[in-house]
Parts: sequence; C-alpha cells; structure tokens
Amino acid sequence: MRYIEPHAHMVSRVTDDYVDMAAAGCAAVCEPAFWAGFDRSSPQGFYDYFCQISDYEPKRAAKFGLPHFCWLCINPKEAEDVNLAKEVVGLIPQFLDRPNVLGIGEIGLNKNSRNELKVLEMHVDLAARHNQLILVHTPHLEDKLKGTRLTLDVLKADARIKPERVIIDHVEEHTVKMVLDAGHWAGMTLYPESKCSRPRAIDILDVYGTERLWMNSACDWGVSIPLSVPYTALEMRRRGWTEEAIDQVIYWNPAKFMSQCAKFRLA
Amino acid sequence: MTKQQVLDLYFLDARSKLIDLAAFLDRMERAGGEADFRHPALLQAAAELGRPGAGRAKNVLLVLSDPTTEPIPTAPGKGASGAWPGEELRGS
Repeated sequence: MRYIEPHAHMVSRVTDDYVDMAAAGCAAVCEPAFWAGFDRSSPQGFYDYFCQISDYEPKRAAKFGLPHFCWLCINPKEAEDVNLAKEVVGLIPQFLDRPNVLGIGEIGLNKNSRNELKVLEMHVDLAARHNQLILVHTPHLEDKLKGTRLTLDVLKADARIKPERVIIDHVEEHTVKMVLDAGHWAGMTLYPESKCSRPRAIDILDVYGTERLWMNSACDWGVSIPLSVPYTALEMRRRGWTEEAIDQVIYWNPAKFMSQCAKFRLA
Repeated sequence: MTKQQVLDLYFLDARSKLIDLAAFLDRMERAGGEADFRHPALLQAAAELGRPGAGRAKNVLLVLSDPTTEPIPTAPGKGASGAWPGEELRGS
C-alpha cells in the first residue's frame, strides 16, 4: 500500500509517528498551518511557526524518507483579532518561495463571525495575488453547515479563484455535495469522535464517487490517529474495493490536487 | 456490497452504538439537575433514524446544525458543543 497524508499537524506529533507512517506506506506528508491549542501573543510567534513548518519539519520528516510540504496562514481560531491577522498575513509572502510551501491554508471559519469572515477574505486575496493553491478548514460540529456555505460564497465572489485549485476540508454528509457542486475538491477527515468515521468516509465515496475527494487524518495534539488513512484503506479492502480504486483515492487524488503546485514532488 | 455483507461487517458495531445511545438517554433520565439544549437536540436527531429512505446521516447532521445564514457579530469562544443552541442561547 502507498498513500499520501495530505493533512497532518506533525509539529504536534512524536517522531515515532513518522516511523509508523513511513512503515505504513506514506509517500508524502502535508502540514497546513493551524492553531497551537493556545493563542499566540504576537506575529513573531507565527513567524517562528512558519519557519518551523517550512524548514525544520521537512528535515525531521526526511530522516524517514518522507517528503514534507506545508501551507501557511493564520488559523480561523485566531482570526477574531483582525489587526493581528493583518500583521500575520503580511508575513506570509516572504515564505511563499520556500521549496515545501504549497499554498495558503488551512484558512476558513471557526465560529462564523464577521471578523473571521474578513480574515478569510484577506487570505483568499493573498492566494489570488500570489497564484497560490488554497486549503480550507470548515468549522466543527454545529457550525460546519453555515461555515461551509459562507466559505463557498466568499470563494465564488472572487473571480480570480479557480474552484479546482481549492480543497475544502472536513466535509461530512451534509456539506460534501455543495462543495463538489461548486467545482472544488473535498477532503474527509478521519477522526475517532468527530468529523468522519472510517465507514462514513467510505460511504461518502460510495455515494459521490472518487473524483475530487481525498481522505486525511488531520492528526494533531488532540484525539486523532496518524494512521487513519491506511486503516481506512484496509476497511475499503474489506468492503470489496479494488487495490487500483484504493490507490486512486489515497495516493493519486491528493497527488493530482497538490501537483497543481510545481513544488509538489514525490520521491 | 449486498445487504447481507453490510450486516456481516457492521451489525455488531451498529448494535453496540445503539445500546450506548440508549444507555446515555437512561443515564440522563437518572441524573439530577436540568438538561440543556443538547438533550432535546439529540432526541430530535435520533428521530431521524426511524424515517424511511437514505440520507439519515445527513439529516441527523442537519438537525444538529446552525440553520442561520448571517455571520455572527463576534465569536463567543473557540469551541463547538455539537448542537445548535438557538439564536437566544447563542448570546451574540
């Protein structure tokens, strides 16, 4: 088995997770910028974090033969402070030429507030001005439906954004269709308690097909499983999926989306 | 997959989760104090299981979702509770 982990917060994981992922057939790992579990107190904290995921983390992954890529932004959970967000967004362009930076993400909404929406628009503008791919986080639980709709409205309102260059992550049964219908890619996050379980993610593939869909573990400092993608592949086998079809979903689909950035290369 | 294959693969898991849900509701009955909006929301969502046709997972998620369309003035915090409290209880 081979797979790509398109969404993992490896700064929160121990090195043993890299070992396990490489042993399970991981061919590349991609790390969107996210919330650290606490609010950073200054733009400098983000500068250091961007250095960590664009410089240090690729070196840690390389020890296990894993290409490491990243996405940059101020996460929606820290987007209520618009002035801080402006300063952080202003830091990002200097990092965009780094060899492992794929684009802007994971941007989006958390509680669907007006300020979060302003910061989302700032990020979309940044991506458009620098011709970057976009990775979108959608809100948790009761906020996901509304947040997904608002996000789609923002993307649609900006004529510079090509839908096929945007992945909208953490979709579930009530949001996947509107994302695919808008022409975007959709990501399913495999979590033990929230977002998608393994059987539900496979159900969504059964219903909506395998075009423009990927699966990720989104493993971070919370309850999450770094090997969720290969575990789901094993369940797909039990449900009669062919090896070719599984390979399409867990390897070729993320490769196809991220190859829209010329810097995405597999070893 | 055939219905028989689905049963073979998932019946025991579904049975276990259904009993866990029933036990949770019993636990709520026994517990003291007042419940909040999450309890009736879960009961309303559970009613979707008995409706015919596909789309139950989607409908459960919709029942538990914020149905409004306008952004809220300010974020009240960072977390989510799993059910929509309604305009009055949301506090913003």
